[in-house]
Amino acid sequence: MVEAVEALTIVLATGITREWKSTFQGMAAALVVLAVITAAVGPAIGHLPLTGLRLVVGALLLIFGLQWLRKAVLRATGYKALHDEASAYLREVAAAEAATRQSRRGVSDWYSFTLAFKGVLLEGLEVVFIVITFGDNQRDIGAAVIGAAAAIIVVTITGIAVKAPLTKVPENWMKFAVGVMLTSFGTFWGAEGAGVAWPGNDAALLVLVPVVALVAAAYIFWLRSRKVAAAAPAKESEVVA
Amino acid sequence: MKQLKAFGAFWYDFIVGDDWHVAALVVIGLVATELLTHAAKVNAWWLLPVIAAVALAWSLHRVTDFRK
Repeated sequence: MVEAVEALTIVLATGITREWKSTFQGMAAALVVLAVITAAVGPAIGHLPLTGLRLVVGALLLIFGLQWLRKAVLRATGYKALHDEASAYLREVAAAEAATRQSRRGVSDWYSFTLAFKGVLLEGLEVVFIVITFGDNQRDIGAAVIGAAAAIIVVTITGIAVKAPLTKVPENWMKFAVGVMLTSFGTFWGAEGAGVAWPGNDAALLVLVPVVALVAAAYIFWLRSRKVAAAAPAKESEVVA
Repeated sequence: MKQLKAFGAFWYDFIVGDDWHVAALVVIGLVATELLTHAAKVNAWWLLPVIAAVALAWSLHRVTDFRK
């Protein structure tokens, strides 16, 4: 859902300020590329041995999850600016208005086409990766595809209805939650792929998910107190001066 | 050549992300877990969660350390 919100922000900014036809062409081209990648990679992954697959997928999910958690913790503590969809939308609008119009390869506005193509492809690639890996590990890609498709449809319909970026979505906390899930599943599958037998088998996830969330929340408190501590001596010296 | 570089940079950014140390620690953690499990016959289920927690803490510390 987070990726759909980001892609929608780019598509709306481009379509409203430039031209809808080229924007939709770019979006459609990206969706075709995503469909080809999914069709090529999905079944191929299904033929790999489960142990090796879990090791590789676990490693990738864990790396993704830790990067998401890192960003979410930094944003929650003010070390990194919150990803504000409203300001991102305004930045895209300003850039789209400044760009010159150029017709190329049967597309009337090449800028709109490439911007929509890149935005949808990049965000979509993350969705495809998560859906394929989660679905394949549980040997149920259908359920993972339905879940992702439902989230994308909800975001798209809402975006078309309001014709504006979805600023009310608490994006950072959603990223935090996604980071927790990716890290937990990545740790679980990665270790299993390396030959570990988890105590309680699959039930270990019921412990792993809250533990990862608690550790990440503890880091938020740690960084906040560290920030306060770093600011305190400066205030004291100001008082002395 | 330029397109090949851009292609490589895209995948590096997509998989490794902002801090390569995190990715390196995850790989080290998986290799260590594999070695402990198969060579030393230790069921090291605890190792990867600990390494993940350390990797995140280290990465956060590196970004927010003002003394650098």
